[in-house]
Amino acid sequence: MTEFGLRLAISLTQIAAVMCIVVFTVLVLTLAERKVLGWMQDRMGPMEVGPYGILQPLADAIKLFFKEDIIPAGANKFLFTMAPILCLIPTFIGFAVIPWGPNWTFEVNGVTVRPFVISDINIGILYILAFASLAAYGIILGGWASNSKYSLLGGLRSAAQIISYELNVGLSIVGVLILSGSLSLVTITDNQAGGFWHWYLFALPAPQIFAFVVYVISVVAETNRVPFDLPEAESELVAGFFTEYSGLRFAYFFLAEYANMVLVSCVASALFLGGWNAPYPGTIAELVGVPYLAWAENTMWFAVKTYSFLFLFFWLRATLPRLRYDQLMRFGWKVLLPIALGNIVVTSIAVFIYQQMK
Amino acid sequence: MSLLFFGYFAGMIVATSVLVVALRNPVYSALCLLIMFFHVAGLFVTLHAEFLAAVQIIVYAGAILVLYLFVVMLLNVKQDDRYHSQWRIAGFVCIPLLIEALMLLSGGAGRGPTDGRGFPMQAQEAIPTNNTLAIGEKLYSTYLFPFEVASLVLLVAMIGAIVLAKRDIGGDET
Repeated sequence: MTEFGLRLAISLTQIAAVMCIVVFTVLVLTLAERKVLGWMQDRMGPMEVGPYGILQPLADAIKLFFKEDIIPAGANKFLFTMAPILCLIPTFIGFAVIPWGPNWTFEVNGVTVRPFVISDINIGILYILAFASLAAYGIILGGWASNSKYSLLGGLRSAAQIISYELNVGLSIVGVLILSGSLSLVTITDNQAGGFWHWYLFALPAPQIFAFVVYVISVVAETNRVPFDLPEAESELVAGFFTEYSGLRFAYFFLAEYANMVLVSCVASALFLGGWNAPYPGTIAELVGVPYLAWAENTMWFAVKTYSFLFLFFWLRATLPRLRYDQLMRFGWKVLLPIALGNIVVTSIAVFIYQQMK
Repeated sequence: MSLLFFGYFAGMIVATSVLVVALRNPVYSALCLLIMFFHVAGLFVTLHAEFLAAVQIIVYAGAILVLYLFVVMLLNVKQDDRYHSQWRIAGFVCIPLLIEALMLLSGGAGRGPTDGRGFPMQAQEAIPTNNTLAIGEKLYSTYLFPFEVASLVLLVAMIGAIVLAKRDIGGDET
């Protein structure tokens, strides 16, 4: 039983560490988004709280925490309170299978510890997809339970949008799965070691560039970001599905959206951009003679990739106008879906020929 | 330990399934169905069929049930009362099921668990760790023909849905 207890303690420590990192990243993102948008629109962004406004996220958090929590009359109280939690939990669960650093193992009293991944299950990417699809429930139920027509419209839009674009996310990663022959994110990342020409974005025999483009567009739609932010289109629906939410419950929705962005960025860098692998073979730390510091370099590369991907979200927000609803549906089903399917066919033929040639 | 988990999942599946048909509010029914899908997935995990568990959640909870909710929210809830109290149909469905259950319990009880699939403790060595690979190999060798037939049936259903839903192009303008 002590082994079980030790295992539990290690897992809980890892979960707590990952949660802290994710929440901290979200705090950084809220500031970074406003700063980046500001610079792109030739203004300063938030400057009041702290030097250069760097304490703004804390101020926002305190403000949201102390705001009054209002439940509108006629709302379904149970579902109204459940919805933000239902939105938040699936997003955080997904981080359990993300490899943050090298696939190291060491033993503590006979218990194998993997310091950079909470759990390496052999269906890793399916696990993330399964829980990502549940985030739709929080949005739909939040919209329905608010008893407001703007919220309901936002919730319904989100249901249609998430179902349509989730299909494209699933199909766009199939090419990577064919190339790597595994569903585990740890194995997929390990297979991409040794220089950027081994990343699945560029790897022979079938570079997944088209799949990557489809993935990027689809996850932007799935996280309800501009230009696909129809569920919360503020010029049409006030604030969409969270119109009636205030205080901490609104903060939950907000946190869920940003944590979801972090999650899809992590998945993108693990699947297409080599995860924690550096763009050159090996690591500099090994060349210099300090191989025990290689993990810092690898984790840094993972962070760099993830943050570049997150920057893309801000960039899109500053650049593109919102799509119309019929344009969104037509684009998803008639443009992205055929590209994703074609990519699967081409990739499987290329991999087959490659295996025959060997 | 595994029996405990099985008991929990099976109990929750039965309880939530009853709630799906017993609750008056269709949105709550859909949510109970969601909880049930999760416990079915949990049952798959105790059987070391993680792939099936993930697919169960992605397909049923992630796609089909969202569409149910979509429809339920668009309908006016108050008008659905006439669909409750369908005792005659319930009788027609339940009596054959009850007879089947009795047959299974009386005749099949001796044979059931001996094939070793009932409890994950016995089956643990037999199942390979990469069960996605195992399912794929089975599906594309032993069960290739049923698999292709099933996909053909789905294709027919898809084309049928498009034919039914699609209006004639230019037909509504003339």
